Amino acid sequence: MAQTLYDKIWDAHVVSQVGEDTLLYIDRHLIHEVTTPQAFAGLNEKKRKVRCPEKTVATMDHSISTRSLALDACGPDNQLQLQTLRQNCIDHGITLYPVGHQKQGIIHVMAPELGAILPGHTVVCGDSHTATHGAFGALAFGIGTSQVEHVFATQTLRQSKAKNLKVEVNGKLPIGVTAKDIILAIIGELTHAGATGYVIEYCGDTIESLSMEERMTICNMSIEAGAKAGLVAPDQTTFDYIKGREQAPTGDDWDAAMAYWASLHSDEAAHFDHVVRLQAKDIKPQVTWGTNPGQVIGVDDAIPSPDDFADPIIKESASKALRYMNLDAGQKLSDIAVSHVFIGSCTNSRIEDLRAAAQVAARGQVAEHVTAIIVPGSAAVKQQAEQEGLDQVFVQAGFEWRLPGCSMCLGMNDDVLQEGDRCASTSNRNFEGRQGRGARTHLVSPAMAAAAAINGKFTDVRLYEETL
Amino acid sequence: MTPITVHTGTMVPLDIANIDTDQIIPKQFLTGVTRQGYGKHLFHDWRYLDQHEQVLNPEFNLNNPLYSGASVLLTRENFGCGSSREHAPWALIDFGITVIIAPSFADIFYGNAINNSMLPICLSSAECDLLFAQVRANAQQTLTVDLAAQQVICGELIMSFEIADHHKQNLLKGLDAIGQTLEYRNDIAAFEQAQPSWI
Ligand code: SF4
Repeated sequence: MAQTLYDKIWDAHVVSQVGEDTLLYIDRHLIHEVTTPQAFAGLNEKKRKVRCPEKTVATMDHSISTRSLALDACGPDNQLQLQTLRQNCIDHGITLYPVGHQKQGIIHVMAPELGAILPGHTVVCGDSHTATHGAFGALAFGIGTSQVEHVFATQTLRQSKAKNLKVEVNGKLPIGVTAKDIILAIIGELTHAGATGYVIEYCGDTIESLSMEERMTICNMSIEAGAKAGLVAPDQTTFDYIKGREQAPTGDDWDAAMAYWASLHSDEAAHFDHVVRLQAKDIKPQVTWGTNPGQVIGVDDAIPSPDDFADPIIKESASKALRYMNLDAGQKLSDIAVSHVFIGSCTNSRIEDLRAAAQVAARGQVAEHVTAIIVPGSAAVKQQAEQEGLDQVFVQAGFEWRLPGCSMCLGMNDDVLQEGDRCASTSNRNFEGRQGRGARTHLVSPAMAAAAAINGKFTDVRLYEETL
Repeated sequence: MTPITVHTGTMVPLDIANIDTDQIIPKQFLTGVTRQGYGKHLFHDWRYLDQHEQVLNPEFNLNNPLYSGASVLLTRENFGCGSSREHAPWALIDFGITVIIAPSFADIFYGNAINNSMLPICLSSAECDLLFAQVRANAQQTLTVDLAAQQVICGELIMSFEIADHHKQNLLKGLDAIGQTLEYRNDIAAFEQAQPSWI
């Protein structure tokens, strides 16, 4: 029977049927300090061991400082959490990439850099943006701490199968429109919960033409439409990215892997439960106006009115969002000033993101009323950017150049916004209070964020066409 | 896990859709290394008028004395969307919530709730409307959930709900999911044997 890519990866990982459920084998378990201490404690209490420490990748990212390598830089609670991770990794034989290590970084940035993620893998992490790794044609999804403990002890999870959703994007992207704009436009189309119960496969020639970094940006935000996971079928772009990385297969193993990976695509006649199609030419640089990622418009569109929505729940969400964001229906985002700019997060902190931001940053100076920070996604990205001189471009333009970590994406460290601050952010969530109590977040691409920093307000990056 | 069979309690209504885990428990409270003590910070931004949790927001239903002691949270679509933090169900449980009723839940939250013996129940929007009407008419109206019968009983209303059988069994018996899976250790070992080494 014709199968989707999701069906194939699923079938290849069935350990056993358990009633209506499937016991699914997990190839890679990614862990960080915030969602694991209680899982390790549970294991220790029951005297259980981590079944496959060698399939587990650990780093420090969420609660670390971006100004100092000291574990106590963000207070005793964060320090205790980081030390707990370090001790648990020692006790259970897990390799940890701690703060200061040259391969440390946001878990969803550093794990692919290691070559730890391969096509056809099942990947989990106690983190909802695990879908990032779907860019490799891996079935990757976020789990809770009880499930983290379950994977530690058994290297499996009990799962029921999701439905298949195809999102096809075709055509050439306009200049100034990026992977971030594609995924925001897709979420705008699907709505914030529209893909609940589905695994998305992103396809079409626009998606095929994207780099691995861009595919990761897209898959990363699958959860923002409610999807279990997002996938892109692996191709030459994928194989070229993986080859030669520290944990990638070599020699005969590489050939065997390539032979298997060639089968990892949806069959022509595969059944999708739902299909959504977008034309790349219709996508504009996107900016969110509300408090969920589905509340998004093109930068030159007017902010919608609650009355534009028929569904009473969406209508009510819209008016609540406008109140929180202190915006009015009909306003243009290009008239809205920002106080902060954050370029970073597992969505947009890879080298290509920083290059795109630097191109715009090179045009001017950060506006006087704006604080702008750049937080590379990993130590490797930071090093690469510094080799290319991007850090100098940013610093000369008035941006702060920081150490890698999650930073202001969620503000578990001291990179927190104050009440009323308005931030152009390359992260993935614009929820109320996400970047600080009472703070207002607008999601944008790295180029759009840099443009907002320089102009002090949202700016259509297509105006800079000649530089891009 | 603590088994759930029949639960009776009063309701607290939160008539808001898409309540995300950043609202349920904001990031600054995720620095703990245990599962306890998060209830105080539940819905921090909405529940308190200040950062230090000194001043209660009188307009927020969880602070309304009418609903004090409620163990059933009645809410709207897509509850628990956003991050995978299990601190969200830990905070709700620590506060005293045992049952959440909504038209839909985000996937990860749903599983996290079950894994902590908190019961998420999906009813249709129309059925939720009826319950909202009940609690607004009488805040002391009790609601009973009979998990074995998959029924919610509230005054004259009797409504059925769906739940996957293994979730139901785990909740009814308070089973340890890991212990159950470990009974498949031979299958897991056989699976690993058959995998190519480069994976
Ligand atoms: S960068 Fe943000 S979304 Fe990504 S893992 Fe860190 S906190 Fe989560």
